[in-house]
Amino acid sequence: MAGSAATLGRARSAGHYQGNPATAEKRWVRYTLLTLGLAFFALFLLLPLAAVFTEALRKGWDTYLASLIEPDAVSAIKLTLIAAVIAVPLNIVFGVSAAWAITKHDFRGKQLLITLIDLPFSVSPVVAGLIYVLIFGAQGWFGPWLQEHDIKVIFAVPGIVLATVFVTFPFVARELIPLMQAQGRDEEEAATVLGASGFRTFWHVTLPNIKWGLLYGVILCNARAFGEFGAVSVVSGHIRGQTNTLPLQVEILYNEYQFAAAFAVASLLALLALVTLGLKQFVEWQASRNVVKEEA
Amino acid sequence: MNTAVLPATQAAPAPARKRRRVLPGFAPTLGFTLFYLSLLVLIPLCAVFLKSASHGTEAFWAAATSPRVLASYRLSFGAALLGAFINVIFGFILAWSLVRYDFFGKKLVDALIDLPFALPTAVAGIALTALYAPNGWMGQWLEPLGIKVAFTPLGVLIALIFIGLPFVVRTVQPVLEDLDTELEEAAASLGAHRWQAFRLVVLPMLTPALLTGFALAFARAVGEYGSVIFIAGNMPMVSEITPLMIITKLEQYDYVGATTIAVVMLVFSFVLLLGINGLQAWSLRRNGLDGKR
Repeated sequence: MAGSAATLGRARSAGHYQGNPATAEKRWVRYTLLTLGLAFFALFLLLPLAAVFTEALRKGWDTYLASLIEPDAVSAIKLTLIAAVIAVPLNIVFGVSAAWAITKHDFRGKQLLITLIDLPFSVSPVVAGLIYVLIFGAQGWFGPWLQEHDIKVIFAVPGIVLATVFVTFPFVARELIPLMQAQGRDEEEAATVLGASGFRTFWHVTLPNIKWGLLYGVILCNARAFGEFGAVSVVSGHIRGQTNTLPLQVEILYNEYQFAAAFAVASLLALLALVTLGLKQFVEWQASRNVVKEEA
Repeated sequence: MNTAVLPATQAAPAPARKRRRVLPGFAPTLGFTLFYLSLLVLIPLCAVFLKSASHGTEAFWAAATSPRVLASYRLSFGAALLGAFINVIFGFILAWSLVRYDFFGKKLVDALIDLPFALPTAVAGIALTALYAPNGWMGQWLEPLGIKVAFTPLGVLIALIFIGLPFVVRTVQPVLEDLDTELEEAAASLGAHRWQAFRLVVLPMLTPALLTGFALAFARAVGEYGSVIFIAGNMPMVSEITPLMIITKLEQYDYVGATTIAVVMLVFSFVLLLGINGLQAWSLRRNGLDGKR
């Protein structure tokens, strides 16, 4: 979503601009812009983050910990993990295979395929949930058949997994496609000409080249899988202890005016978001180091 | 470095005669890609269109234009447009500061810009509500001034600004980093003031990126649900967003109504997606040419 790992590692230092009279602004302009930008940043990003942790600890550590080990919270944690553990690997396999087909081969309609892969990003999460209700719900295409065979998809775990797969669908593919396009096909072609099998070529030639980009995509995919709310909310049915993921648990607690508990669970998700951002930063740093090494 | 940003058509010129496939694995990977894409995305999306078509145009029109739904379009699209516009201004200032200036904590600011991508929307929603509620950190200062934010359309706007900010910063930032300073130097040597150089040289080169960022933030904001519903108050005709209308109809087992609104939103987002793709192609072309000169 944000600047792929393929294009990282080329920033110039700010001194490059401010030491040059042609690209430097007057001091008051610089300070005004910085103040405006940072005030906006603090107001819209820092303040909400601080609010989550302050509200979570408002009633002290005991309440905080108690609301995290409460059975409903624990089962929500479990369900969130299950959904992510299924959705993320599926989308990794899809992303790698889509990127291989698109970047290592020529075929008609390639651009259309890339656009279609991006489609889930532009669909509202609520609509993403709705489409599965229309297919698997009681009134949906397979509804009667599923009911006859006593299989539950909507208001059950399979529906939550499906919705999670949908909203995290493009992350890995759209990270890998530009990266592998930029790297070209020469190395793989050489390996194949020398007699390596397709899988061996991928494992020993392609994978080492794309590992940081792949990891980057996986981190973003995973963060979204843990945090998805709208799509999962439509298919979940909000059954406590059974079909509640962590974000849904936050909503339920909040709507029941258990603010401290809601923010405690929310703080867990916020911590996860911070870990995600940290990992992302690390991967970007590694990827840019590799670029520098190759250029040297 | 510039080969990375060239459009694919330029990087791989179409061969006159059919090139022999050297690399293996074309059929299985493309086959799996198409299968997985159709099964999980394309066929389910078709279901929405089929379902809404099965009830006739009259029912569709009635459901798509009922007063309460129309009010939700006005709020969703209006607040999303305004939010994206505010984000273009401040997103640009932030991208500019991150690329061109040094300041304390720059690395941290750069990393935290992506917070709205990483933070689950429900968490953002309750945090913003706590901040702007009448007894919250922000609300207690705004309330005496007669400004109500939480549980009003203004609250919706705040949430949509939060959710859209990284889209603008992250589309403008790389373009700004790639910009050659020679052009600004040329402008300065020809006697342009700094403001003239910015307005006549830098800004035109950033326009495609700014527009793309605007469109991405707008598209995301129109469909946003989690961060908005807590702070919106969800009063019919006043602060109900369009995605919430879908949920409301579903809860009343009004499947025609829900799918109809979904179709309206889907058609809108497809059009926007095409527009964004066009903008990005334009942006790449422009940068590619700029790099060559």
